[in-house]
Amino acid sequence: MSLYFNQEHEMFRQMVRRFVENEINPHVEKWEEDRIFPAHELFPKAGALGLLGITYPEAYGGSGLDYWYETVMLEELGRANCAGIPMAIAVQTDMATPALAMHGTHEQKEKFLKPAIAGTAVFSIAVSEPDAGSDVAAIRTRAEVDGDDYIINGSKMWITNGTQADYLTLLARTSGDYGFKGMSLIIVPTDTPGFSVSKKLEKLGNHSSDTAILSFDNMRIPQANRIGPEGMGFILQMQQFQKERLAGVIMSTAGMEKIIRMTIDYCRQRQTFGKPLIDNQWIHFKICELLTEVEALRQLAYHCVRTLVAGEDVTKEASMAKLKAGRLAREVADTCLQFHGGMGYVEEYPMARYFRDARLLSIGAGADEIMLGIIAKYEGILPGQQK
Amino acid sequence: MKVVVCIKQTPSTTAVLTVDTGGNVKWDDPGGKPNVLNPWDEYAVEEGIRLKENHGATDVIVLTAGSEESQEALKTSLAMGCTAAILVSDAAFSGSDTTGTARILAAAINKVGGVDIAVFGKQAIDGDTGLTPMQVARKLGWTPLTYVSAIKEVGGGKITVERLLDDGKETVTANLPVVISVVKEINEPRYPSLMGIRKASRAEIPTWGAGDLAVAGGAGAAASKVDWSNIYAIPPRVGSVEMITADTVEEQARILADKLFEEKVI
Repeated sequence: MSLYFNQEHEMFRQMVRRFVENEINPHVEKWEEDRIFPAHELFPKAGALGLLGITYPEAYGGSGLDYWYETVMLEELGRANCAGIPMAIAVQTDMATPALAMHGTHEQKEKFLKPAIAGTAVFSIAVSEPDAGSDVAAIRTRAEVDGDDYIINGSKMWITNGTQADYLTLLARTSGDYGFKGMSLIIVPTDTPGFSVSKKLEKLGNHSSDTAILSFDNMRIPQANRIGPEGMGFILQMQQFQKERLAGVIMSTAGMEKIIRMTIDYCRQRQTFGKPLIDNQWIHFKICELLTEVEALRQLAYHCVRTLVAGEDVTKEASMAKLKAGRLAREVADTCLQFHGGMGYVEEYPMARYFRDARLLSIGAGADEIMLGIIAKYEGILPGQQK
Repeated sequence: MKVVVCIKQTPSTTAVLTVDTGGNVKWDDPGGKPNVLNPWDEYAVEEGIRLKENHGATDVIVLTAGSEESQEALKTSLAMGCTAAILVSDAAFSGSDTTGTARILAAAINKVGGVDIAVFGKQAIDGDTGLTPMQVARKLGWTPLTYVSAIKEVGGGKITVERLLDDGKETVTANLPVVISVVKEINEPRYPSLMGIRKASRAEIPTWGAGDLAVAGGAGAAASKVDWSNIYAIPPRVGSVEMITADTVEEQARILADKLFEEKVI
């Protein structure tokens, strides 16, 4: 028990931990090798336990709880033996569906949110494009009005769950050519004619999670699938990004602590020059420094959760936490691998996978440089925006 | 039909047991896991719930004798689907041996009243005796059915179960009421759902003390027949490494084979 979590949270934590230990960890080796996991098998199991709709309304199968429960789930997912599956689940819960849950119509929630919460439908968030990653304003995928429908053309890149998603939460340009205005978020069923998976991407890490380039060729999608008013897509996506970034921070913080503790165990057992590695001051001091940094990050994340639960804007603090998490994960991965020596470099030990997986955090959901830009903007020190 | 599931809260399976020189036992979990519902009892809880779902049981009451902290294991059982929970807790019960615990549980089952089936896990992972189910059956005067791997049929005042034994399985029919202890082959315990956890965490669990129960034969340290006169850790096994050196791999293999033969390994 802690200041933040009560007995109910802890019971929930044990349940999620058991779910991870039984339903994810035993399959990680195979799913990493397969370069994909069976989302249509795993998500219904998670949905049946209420893991995919913790903060969403009970009317659509959710639990209507606050973000502290989501925090518990994300922390336990972050302790899994890989980062790919937790990321894929968080795409479903914290990246592709928050805007739908907050701004969708009753009909949209009935049709799309319900199966997302049940886990019977797999979602992807489709924002990035070959020429527009963190620079969301540069997206080119267009949705042109045609009667009651949109005709969608373009492509999306780096799409997690992309080869097996049933629905995309797609950001497309509905007017104009460049800039923040004129974009809309649209729910796109992937069985629509004109949809195709152009390529399944081979990545440095997160191997168990499939990532794809998607193409849209004259896809006809009802305008009724648009979330919120036309042209509001960028704003809705920026709101949605806060949950995405915070989810990444919470999961990675738990993952960092796990890998540091694994390193402590290894350094206790590993004998060099007649004594355990951990007895070297450089090693135990460095580990303590890392644990201190992780604890500081965790407290920043908890501050973000408190702010979010209070209904206040969390953009600046979530961006700071995401920036710090990405950099710290790289330091943790590099330092812990070094302390493992050769064992850190071989696939027989979890260290190498962590080293690979950790690198994404400084790139996905807005790169470090984007986070710095957001923070600079909030501080009023972006060129041309001085206070 | 009324079912009672008897459970125990134990240290988690990842806890590390240490015994100091004074014989004090400590369970420490490096993963920070709290005490849990005894893993063997998860199968008992699951089977109790299935008796409700598949065989028409109306009440599935989870029962434990332990400290206040044991409420957590009871709440986990409620979150899985048990209909009610009872904690039996009293300082006077402290230090009970398995016979004393059986007397307490039998008295509680009698107080519940109208119970047809009492379900236990095969054993607890801390004490590991596996004695309690049989002792409770003896105190109640009910038929014990141990190592149950399937409940085939319940009805007409009878129960038919499959027992998993070392040399095979046997099907047994007994008159109700019965005490059964289940093995892990009987089912796959469900996860407590989030909504189940929310409901369970708000449950008010009644506590029965020594004054509420007529414990025949007594319980607690004074009535205990077993005395833990000496508790000690088994000394760690001392091993050694010998490198076999020779000019050729074949020679190394021959020396290794000779040594394995000498040690009666092969």
